[in-house]
Order: sequence, then C-alpha cells, then structure tokens
Amino acid sequence: MSVAKPLPHDAARLHVTGAARYVDDIPTPRGTLHLAFGLSRVAAGQITAIDLEAVKAADGVIKVMTAEDLEFDCDVSPSNHDEPLLAEGLVHYVGQPIFLVIATSHLAARKAAQLGDVTIKETTAILTIEDALAADARFEDGPRIYQKGDPDGHLPQAPRTLRGRIDMGGQEHFYLEGQAALVQPQDNGDMLVHSSTQHPTEIQHKVAHAIGRPMHAVRVETRRMGGGFGGKESQGNALAVACAVAAKATGQTCKMRYDRDDDMIITGKRHDFRVDYTVGFDATGRIQAIDFMHYTRCGWSMDLSLPVADRAMLHADNAYHLEHIRITSHRLRTNMQSATAYRGFGGPQGVLGIEKVMDQIAHDLSLDPLAVRRANYYADTETAGPDQTTPYHQTVKDCIINALTDRLAGSADYENRRAAIAQWNAQNPVLKRGIALTPVKFGISFTLTHLNQAGALVHVYQDGSIHLNHGGTEMGQGLFQKVAQVAASRFGVSLEAIKITATDTAKVPNTSATAASSGTDLNGMAVQNACDIIRDRIATHLAELYQARPDQVIFGDGMVQVGTTQISFAEAAASAYQHRISLSATGFYKTPDIEWDRIAGRGQPFFYFAYGAACTEVVLDRLTGENRILRADILHDAGASLNPALDIGQIEGGYVQGAGWLTTEELVWDASGALRTHAPSTYKIPACSDRPDVFNVALWDLPNPAQTIYRSKAVGEPPFMLGISAFMALSDAVSACGETYGDLQAPATAEGVLRAVTKARGDD
Amino acid sequence: MDITFLLNEEVVSLTDVSPTTTLLDWLRDTRGMTGTKEGCNEGDCGACTVMITDATGSRALNGCILFLPQINGKRVTTVEGLAAGDGTLHPAQQAMVDLHGSQCGFCTPGFVMSMATAHLNGATDHDTQLAGNLCRCTGYAPIIRAAKAAEGQAVPQHLRSLRNGLPVPPPLRDDLLAADIVQPGHSDDLAQWYLAHPEATLIAGATDVGLWVTKQFRDLGDVAFLGQCADLRGVSETEAEIRFGAMTSMNEVEQAIAPYHPSFATMIRRYGSVQVRNAATIGGNIANGSPIGDGPPALIALGATLHLRCGDKRRAIPLEDFFIAYGKQDRAAGEFVEAISLPKQPDTLACYKLSKRFDQDISAVCGCLSITREGGMITAARLAYGGMAGTPKRASAAEAAMIGQQFNEATMQAAMTALASDFQPLSDMRASAAYRLKTAQNMILRYFHAAQGSATNVQEVSA
Repeated sequence: MSVAKPLPHDAARLHVTGAARYVDDIPTPRGTLHLAFGLSRVAAGQITAIDLEAVKAADGVIKVMTAEDLEFDCDVSPSNHDEPLLAEGLVHYVGQPIFLVIATSHLAARKAAQLGDVTIKETTAILTIEDALAADARFEDGPRIYQKGDPDGHLPQAPRTLRGRIDMGGQEHFYLEGQAALVQPQDNGDMLVHSSTQHPTEIQHKVAHAIGRPMHAVRVETRRMGGGFGGKESQGNALAVACAVAAKATGQTCKMRYDRDDDMIITGKRHDFRVDYTVGFDATGRIQAIDFMHYTRCGWSMDLSLPVADRAMLHADNAYHLEHIRITSHRLRTNMQSATAYRGFGGPQGVLGIEKVMDQIAHDLSLDPLAVRRANYYADTETAGPDQTTPYHQTVKDCIINALTDRLAGSADYENRRAAIAQWNAQNPVLKRGIALTPVKFGISFTLTHLNQAGALVHVYQDGSIHLNHGGTEMGQGLFQKVAQVAASRFGVSLEAIKITATDTAKVPNTSATAASSGTDLNGMAVQNACDIIRDRIATHLAELYQARPDQVIFGDGMVQVGTTQISFAEAAASAYQHRISLSATGFYKTPDIEWDRIAGRGQPFFYFAYGAACTEVVLDRLTGENRILRADILHDAGASLNPALDIGQIEGGYVQGAGWLTTEELVWDASGALRTHAPSTYKIPACSDRPDVFNVALWDLPNPAQTIYRSKAVGEPPFMLGISAFMALSDAVSACGETYGDLQAPATAEGVLRAVTKARGDD
Repeated sequence: MDITFLLNEEVVSLTDVSPTTTLLDWLRDTRGMTGTKEGCNEGDCGACTVMITDATGSRALNGCILFLPQINGKRVTTVEGLAAGDGTLHPAQQAMVDLHGSQCGFCTPGFVMSMATAHLNGATDHDTQLAGNLCRCTGYAPIIRAAKAAEGQAVPQHLRSLRNGLPVPPPLRDDLLAADIVQPGHSDDLAQWYLAHPEATLIAGATDVGLWVTKQFRDLGDVAFLGQCADLRGVSETEAEIRFGAMTSMNEVEQAIAPYHPSFATMIRRYGSVQVRNAATIGGNIANGSPIGDGPPALIALGATLHLRCGDKRRAIPLEDFFIAYGKQDRAAGEFVEAISLPKQPDTLACYKLSKRFDQDISAVCGCLSITREGGMITAARLAYGGMAGTPKRASAAEAAMIGQQFNEATMQAAMTALASDFQPLSDMRASAAYRLKTAQNMILRYFHAAQGSATNVQEVSA
C-alpha cells in the first residue's frame, strides 16, 4: 500500500527544474492585457474627485475603470458583502483599490497606476484598539462571550490572583508566489479562470456575480499555489474579479498579479490580538478560575474575522482543563487592511494567551513553567472523566498530552538541560539562555459546520490508468500526493497509475476552501468513497465473470486476484469496460458528529483534536536583545501518518513560521495608517540561519481514535503553534536577567526582548 | 545598446536593449522561460537567482535587479540549464527531491541555483550561501540536508566548463562620448564621459539603483554601466595600506579584509546576501551616501581615505568628511569614487550590526568600535555609527570621554553617557530612537565585556 510511505512531493521534480507551472507561468494568447490597481493613499475619507487623465494617457494603457464603470455588483468579500472591488465613494484604508488600469504589460499597468489624481476628504481614521473601542467600531453588535462554570464566583476565592496582558502582532503571509489570476473569455461570454487560490468555488461564485452570469458560466482551475497559508482563501477574489470584468470589457485575456509591495499593502494579514486576563490559582499553579478579554483589529471589512475570533476563543484553553472560565471577544473595525485567514485561524492567538498566563503564574510562584503547565493539563484518555470539557462544553476524550509531554521531556533531556542552563546563566554576564516546553491541542473541523464536506471525481480508463480529482487545492502541503496515495491504495496500484489533476470547479462543484487543516481529512475520504464505488463495481463484475463472491476479489500490487485467477489491474479495467461497467464515479464525504452553537459557544465544533509539544532553547543578549534559537525538539501527533515525510515537512515549516511570527516578523503602521513594512527589505520572515541549529522532529505515530482517512490526523495548522515554545524560551531567558517579571510581548524582536530585559532588571 | 551573452548553451545577441530591462523580465516575458521566478522584485527573496559566469568565476545573482547590459559578455545559467541534456538532475536538484526540500516549489528554482553555484565553487557554508533565498514552507531544515547531501558529489559534465568562465564575445564598444547609455571599458573613458554627462546615473552592481527602477519607476536619464571597467576592480596592498577599487564587490572586500579585521569580514557576511554581495560594490556602498550602509562605519573606524576622480583631477579625503548631511556628499558634478584605502593597523576593531534578522537585513544600528590601549590606558578611540544620524558618523563625545582613561567599566559607562550627546536618532519601522541610542551605548559595554573574555555574541553560542 502506498499510504504511510514517505514519498516525495508529487511535483518535486517539476519544482527543482523550474517546470512547475504557476499562474504567471501559463503561456498567454497574443493580446493578453495586464492589470494593476490604483490605491488609496489615505486611511479614511470620502472621494470627492478622481482625475485619471494622466493614467489614460500613459504608455500602453487600454482602459481605466472606476466603481462607476462596473456593470454588475463586484463585491469581493467572502462573508458580508462589504468589499466593493473598487472604492465606492468612501475609502477605508491606505491601499484600498480605487481604480483599475488595463494595459498592454504588467509594467505599463503598474507605472500608470501611480498617475491617478484622487481627491479625498479625509475623516478620522480608526487605527488602534482604543480608537475602535471609543468609537464602538466593531463587527457584530457587541462582544461575543463564552462561559463555563462560575469565574466570577471562583476568582475571589483563589489563593492567588494575577492580572496580565499580552499584545501580539499580526503576520504577513509572505507566500513566495504573490496573488495572481488569469481570465480567458470563452464562447457566450463564459470565463475560464486560472487563480492562485485556496478556494476555487468562491472565485467562481464571485466572478459569476461580477459578470452577471450563473456559476455555470465560470470555470476555475487551480493547479498549484506558490504558498497560501490562508492568505489565498479570500484575498485572491479581487484579482480574479478584476480580470473577469476587464476581460468582459475588452474581449481579451486578462492577467493580474500583485507586485510584492502592492500585495503586502492591499491584502489582509493575520489578526493581531490583545489578550487581557485575570487568573486565580493555587500554590501548585493549578488555575481555579480565569477571565479572558480578547481584542482584535479586524481591519476595514468583515472578511473571515468572525470565525477567526471564534477560533481564538475556542483555543483559549489550549491543552488545559479550565473549569471556571469566561472569554469575551471584541472584533474591532479599523481603517487597515482587512485581517484574514492565516494558518491557525485565530487558534495561535488564543493559545498564546493561555501560555502567557502559564508563564506568568510560574514566575509568580517561582516554579518551573512546565510544572505549572502539567498541573493544568487535560487528563489523558485513560484517566479522563466524562466531565472533562472545554470552555465550549465539548468533552475531551482523545487527550494524549501528558504522555506526549513525558516522552518529549525525556527525549529532549529537559530537566538536565534546564539545570545546565541555570548554571551557564550564573557564569555569563551578557548572554542568557532559556528553555521552554509548550503543548498544543488544536481542534479539527471548520467551525462553520456546513463547510465540512468534500467531493471527488475519479475515472479509471480502460488501460488501467486513473484520473484523480477532488476539491482540495495544492499549495505545497502535499495534499495531492497524500490523496493520490489513498487512491493508489484503494485500487492496489502504484502511484504511477494515478494522474493527479488540477482542482477544477467543472469537475468537482461546491467545494470548501482548502483550509482549517481539513484538506486531507475531507478530500481523502471523498476520494476513498469514489474509488471504492468503482472498485466495488469492478469486483462485482469480476466475481460474476470468474464465479466468485465480490469479497473474494482482492486488489493489490497492481493486480486483481479473483479466487485462483490473477489479472492485472489494467486487464480488470479493460474487462469492466468491455462489459459496459461504468468506470467513473463521484465521491462525497461529510464529517460526522459535529454540531454546535457559535453564538452560545456550546457544543461539539470539532471532530477531534490534534496534539503536539515542542521544547526550544534560546540565547539572548541582554545588552541589545538580540536572540537566537539554539535547539528545538518536537513530538507531534499526526495520527497514523499518510506520509511521514510530508507531515514532518509541515511540522518543521510550521514551527519556523510560528517562531517567526513571535520574533522577527513585525508589522509597522505609521500614524497615518500606512503600512511601513511592505517588502522583504523591511518585513523579516525567518531566513535559513534562523532555523534551530539542532532540530529534532518526531511523530507520535498512533492511530487517530476518530474515524478519519486511514486514521491519520490533520497536520497543516497545529504545528504552527509549536513555535510558541521559542517565545516562551525567550521569556525564560529574560527571567535570568532579573527578578521582576519581564512581561515579554510579541513579536519579541530584539527591541522587544531588550524592553523585557530592562523590566526584569527593574531598570525602567 | 547592443549586447551578447550566453544563455545556458546558446549565444544570444540583442540589439537596442533598454538599459533598465531586467534579466528576469526578459527571461520570463520576452524569452518565455518561466522557471526563474519573481518573488519580490527587489533582490531580497532570491526566487530569481541565476548563475552568472565570466573570467573571474561563477556567481549567484538576483535576476530581478540585474539589468541586461550588466550581463553583456557573460554566461547566464538558469534553472532550465541546470539538469543535464538527458534529464539527469544536478546533485543539488536530486537531493532536494530526495530529501523533501521543496513544498510549494516557488522558491525552489532560486534555491537550486544558489546551491548549484555554491557546489560549483566548493562552498559548504550553506547558511551563508543560502541567506539570500527565502522559503516560507519548509523551515529550511530539509534544504540544508539537501545542500549537505550534494556536497561531495561531482559537478556535472555540462557545468564543468563553467569553472573558469567561458570564452564569449567581447563587449561591443559604443561610440562612447556621443552615447547616452554607455559601458566604458576603462575608468579613463568613464571619467571623460561623466564630465560630459554629469547628471548621469552610474550603475555599479545595481543593488540599489535596481530598486529605483523596479519599485520607484525612476527615469535614470543617461546611464553608465561600470561593470567592464576592470581597472576599477580589485584589491591592492602595500606595506602601509590596503586599497580597494571602487568596483570591488563586497564579497571580494570580505575575503580581502578577513585576515586583517575579522570582525569587519564577519559583519560583511551579514550585509545583504551572497547574491547582493556578488553585485554590490564598496564604491557604490559609499557613493550612494546612505546613512544605513554598513561599509562606511567600519571604514571610518579604520581611518579610511576616499579617492575621488573628476576628469583627470584626483583628490583624497578622509571618508568621514565625504558624508556632509543626509542626501548630501562632498562630490562634485562629474566626480566619481575611484577607490578607498585604509592604513594597515593592529586590529582593535569590533563591528556590531544590529537588525531584526541576522542575515540579509538593513541595520537599525551599526556600531564599529576601534579602541587602542597601551597598558591599561586608552590611547585612541574611533567609534563610528550608522543608523544613528543622517550620515554615518563618529561618536566624538564618547571618544573624548574614553581617550586618556583607564580601560574599565567606569570609563565605558562615562563614554556611554557621553554618547547621548553625539546622536539624536530617529524612530522608524526598524527601531525606536530610544532603542537605537540604548544599544549604541551598550555596544561600548559589549566591547568591554568581550575584551574581558565574556561571551557576547549570540551567533557564537550553540546548544
């Protein structure tokens, strides 16, 4: 069977030879036009005049469009119908598209887009949390509140209480391939869309609206993305819609890709959060009651902010059993890019909140933070009672975090290294080391329950070769390969027999975004369903032919065994064809057992949880705050892995991306609301030497108790939160600099670390 | 202008090329070779990395800020030319497949080009060689495994002839003085042409000017590409001094300075990336007058002299006098940087580059401290900082506070206090003014602790 094998990415050879084709690499017809947006330079105001004469007169410009020129409703929001493609009177952030340039080249379009003269009567921009609260600028009527138990009753009774805060920055996705779309007009005004998107169906839906046609008039194809990370769940809508509108207006193929600076200025990022907390606990650090206040700047439009903020609330417990808890969540409207999906989707922000609490309790009690964490863990499956529930009242039945932590603490030699670090710190006046081991528990399923469905289309050709298609998209995570391994296993053939094909709304309709780590869980199951339908048809046919029972027909090693007869899979397919058996099937899957009330915060939003833990050691310079990760040890739960190599790739990459979020990656907006970090020269994702020198990653390779595809677990997002251990290790190193709690905030840039060191030393 | 170069195996001659068309745009848009990717269009991500070979060797460069005239007479190897004709992958490519070095694959062509160039040159300091290639998917671990796996393997036959460059047609000469776009072959020609075109843009490595074009859409006016002025390139030494031609690349500067001032060399390894340092020149780093370039503070701390030429007139000035104010240098119309020289001296220099990320990041503060001691006494001090003012500048009050004093912590504290009167730094997206000042002060303390034998460099600590 091909499942469980550590096979390379299906496109690895294409990647290394430069032959893997991305949207901007697709050969285009003669006359293809190129697009660029003219952007708002102010954060809030009313457009009073638009003078585009210089734009129209610029070299290569074919046409320039404003909101007034749009024939149909060109909304590009994924949720709330509040994102006009081009600003309609009001502007809401620096970088909002106001006009669309259609030109003969990418460069000509970009150059011309600089020449617009837009007069805007400025109004007061809402930029900070305080601004938004003062103006009561928010999405939904008021804060969302989830509660379990009686925090108000138990907080005053706790032996000790603390108040604290963590501010955490957002994060730019920095997918290496920027947003891109290519639209080719077809017969009857239909449109073929190539889009670098995690959500082809939404592109189809938005484009159809924008050209005033039903969805059947639009076909969207996505072979691969050069990275997504959530940034291509909704942010590609504008480009595809712009291309479709321009293609309709000109009759030509139209292409749009954002220059990197435009990409970073226009598109949404991870939500930044402030988490305030009041926590009551005992002398062991066990939490008696806790009250969380979440504030997040959602930006100018709703986008996916509600489910993101929900998921932050749903992960306020991380791996800890909290009996009396309230979480209050403010979703604030600000004049900035509309924050959007990003790997973890609010989960990391919720988790960082409770991890900061653990860290502060440990400091308050002079305990090892790991001891405080363990004192609060959910019990593992064997010892868990039926009353072990999350703050949203879902019973935690599948916990393994205690055993997983024990194994990691052992393999990483946590205790001895902690002692060695203390000794080293006593001897070194300038450099200080720190270590932390932090857990992850992450809920798997879309919290918008109806999205937990997937479809597949499988054809077996008469030569035994197999065409595979499903609703998931490939952004580098290896989904296509893992699902192909499932298909190969169902038919008992080698992977060479399987043709992986581009995601295509004409093959599988009504797909959900490839998001929420759900790609393999959902699409793997749908493909299994389709394969099994065809396999059962072949088996029934061969059983009749060779007078056996269908269950005696065995598929394996490229062969089909029927009683004593063995034929190749190709012969079986040919025989089925000759006997007029359908060799094509659609497959479908919907996740069972999930139902919840997101307003009340009660129910079972998640099918299961994925677990993991990381132990990170760091060193910092107390004179400058400079810091480095020295070593990371990770033990992560991918269930019975479908492909250990690809899963470890997700874990390593997720960890580094998570550590980047909390260290070097800092988004800076100036007082006018303009993003100042809009290129890799100013926004610093981890580089090669930022990865841990020593990097040990292992899989907790036990089957998922939930009935998932081959009992594997989702692995896209959970490892991102392993990077939190790097942040907590820095906090530990800060603690070695002085007696006061350093209260490290995120991102822990060198400047942020020095601030915490200064506080720890009592110098401020 | 007209140019000729080798593209993989093929001779390509282009007439009347625009001086600001980048190699990347030409490859992708004109030539239809889309293996080389655009990730940032400013030389910071490495997705566009190509291998450029000439008589001096093979180097990785960023195609997005490489103008076509810069490759005149050279050989360009792109990702399409890396595998052998029969499809056999280069060892770096094969290792990337086998060891799961690609996920989304978009950065991968750039990575394999950097890896193949390092492999060809026998370089195994992979973190340095790959610092200019960003990957957002893998966390780099499998890429480094692949680079290590490829280390010992033979250079493929079809790339072996690249080792010492290839005989290619010489650059075509323009009718120099009349032309608006020139590529002089000697600095005498340059000097003459520049006198006649004093408003022109001089392009050395284009690591900064490239962005004027790709990001700011600036019209460069008349342009001279200096890459063919071999006489401006190179390092020469006498007993008393080391002299760098203006066109000496930062990688060459690093190699030449390492035996004398290893701390300077170490800092240069964090300046840009391999791709950037292969293009960037010491002359460009100085001439563009940036307050945040990393070369000038170190050179000022070493007492460097700047050599300027205007027509046939030459003059030499202390480097620190060149920087008058933000955006203003002591450079006459038609005058250009010819060389920089520094006196040989005992090594007391420590260079401290402070940035959000260690590799390939612009400094928030760059402090270069040279403190001379005799017995326990400080006899001389040159403390030069970048990022603290509108120009690279010496901390004269701090210097004065330590000269003639004992080398001890109290003296350092006094100098740190004095330093507050030397600078009024700004806040920006890289750092706040308060942080800049605090760390600039603390660098003096770090120098002291390092002299006492304490560990002071987080990059030298291992688990």
